[in-house]
Amino acid sequence: MNAPVPSPSVRVRVDRLSLGARPLFENLRMTLPGGRWTCLLGPSGVGKSTLLRLIAGLDRGRGADIAAEDGEPLAGRVAYMAQRDLLLPWLSARDNVTLGFRLRGGPVDAATRGQADRLLARVGLDGQGDAAPGTLSGGMRQRVALARTLMEDRPVVLMDEPFASLDAITRLRLQDLAADLLTGRTVLLVTHDPLEALRLGHDLRVLSGRPAALGPPLHPPGDPPRQADDRRLLALQADLLARLAEAAS
Amino acid sequence: MTPPLRGLTVLGGLLAIWQGVVWATGAPPYILPGPGAVAAALHAEAPRLLPHAAVTALEIVLGLGIGTGLGALAALVMASARPARRWLLPVLVVSQAVPVFALAPLLVLWLGYGLASKVAMAVLIIFFPVTAAFLDGLRRTEPGWIDLARTMGATRGAVLRHVRLPAALPALASGLRVATAVAPIGAVVGEWVGASRGLGYLMLHANARMQVDLMFAALAILAVFSVGLYFAVDRLLRRALPWQPDSHPDMD
Repeated sequence: MNAPVPSPSVRVRVDRLSLGARPLFENLRMTLPGGRWTCLLGPSGVGKSTLLRLIAGLDRGRGADIAAEDGEPLAGRVAYMAQRDLLLPWLSARDNVTLGFRLRGGPVDAATRGQADRLLARVGLDGQGDAAPGTLSGGMRQRVALARTLMEDRPVVLMDEPFASLDAITRLRLQDLAADLLTGRTVLLVTHDPLEALRLGHDLRVLSGRPAALGPPLHPPGDPPRQADDRRLLALQADLLARLAEAAS
Repeated sequence: MTPPLRGLTVLGGLLAIWQGVVWATGAPPYILPGPGAVAAALHAEAPRLLPHAAVTALEIVLGLGIGTGLGALAALVMASARPARRWLLPVLVVSQAVPVFALAPLLVLWLGYGLASKVAMAVLIIFFPVTAAFLDGLRRTEPGWIDLARTMGATRGAVLRHVRLPAALPALASGLRVATAVAPIGAVVGEWVGASRGLGYLMLHANARMQVDLMFAALAILAVFSVGLYFAVDRLLRRALPWQPDSHPDMD
């Protein structure tokens, strides 16, 4: 599924953001290239999630300026996916997928429900629309969350460790699925997993220090999703691990 | 042993202890009648007991309905508007310092000897547990859900209606269970203070005439009704909220 309109680049500028006494960000500049996956790595507590929440409009930083480079406002063009599936337990899988429509007060008509069922089928949950979240496994629930993200059909997608709580095989499958279904969108993926970043990212950035600074981008060869056993990835993984170790010290 | 069988065994055991105390102390029937005497009174006085029981049951059910409605409404108002919470919550907490039973004579004076003063009494008792539990639930919504809803472009009202309200229903259910357990107290206290009908009135009346067996019979009806109401409400709530799991069976 390709984005109907070209996905814009997103320009992030944070002059100063403090949590406690020391600034978390100072003069931070970052661009998410349009239609490409940017993976953000770095030690815990460095501010990756805070940065993602700033872009999502969930936190407001003084002097933070988030803008789409096509000049249109970013509000209403962002979809968000978190580490936890955040499914509402009293709604069926299908109703969770169409949650955004309900929240915006629009009618959830047969066409919308049909689209939700098609998306559920694409993430491998054909015929599970009526299932209650409590009856689904962790991997299935995260698939529903992915379908919900796709249902929003936004050009910019922000994902905060969306696959971190899954087992290795489920994680690989969902990574392939997400890379396939979100091709052409502007994606920011926050992750702790170097291999995940190498498989999925066009651009890999390491955030480190306080105030946090971004390292130079790393561009793995080839198009995502890359194979986990690709030799070139393994070489890059050593490089990336060295950068992360340096960032954590 | 199945739960109903276990309940019956406990009931039988308690009745046996009761009868044992009567035998051991040799208490006269006008002080402590045995279970047999109470059963006889229940049977003989049934035509007199049942109309009174119906009045009390109506008071309890009305009080429960109105009290739950008002309590839920108050919680919703306080959850949706911060000024409302700032002004109303202290009032609500302070109001709990006033012993509700002390208000009973006043309620009878204002609302008369009929149904209204008893229902008002039950409403006053029910209101606080329902409001407190529901408001607590409304304020403890999973933050991730609210974040998600905000990125989807939901207004505050839509978040309240589609996320916070359903998420708080299990908390409302806990409040409702407590309310169901205390509602009969409100109705009966109201009847003690001033009434011409109802089980509370009948108990006071029978007590004054040393008809202790009749008093126990009225008490038995009240207990059976309260327990029945509690289980009915509990069952209804479980059926209405199937996604709210009980605690792990091993934790019981």
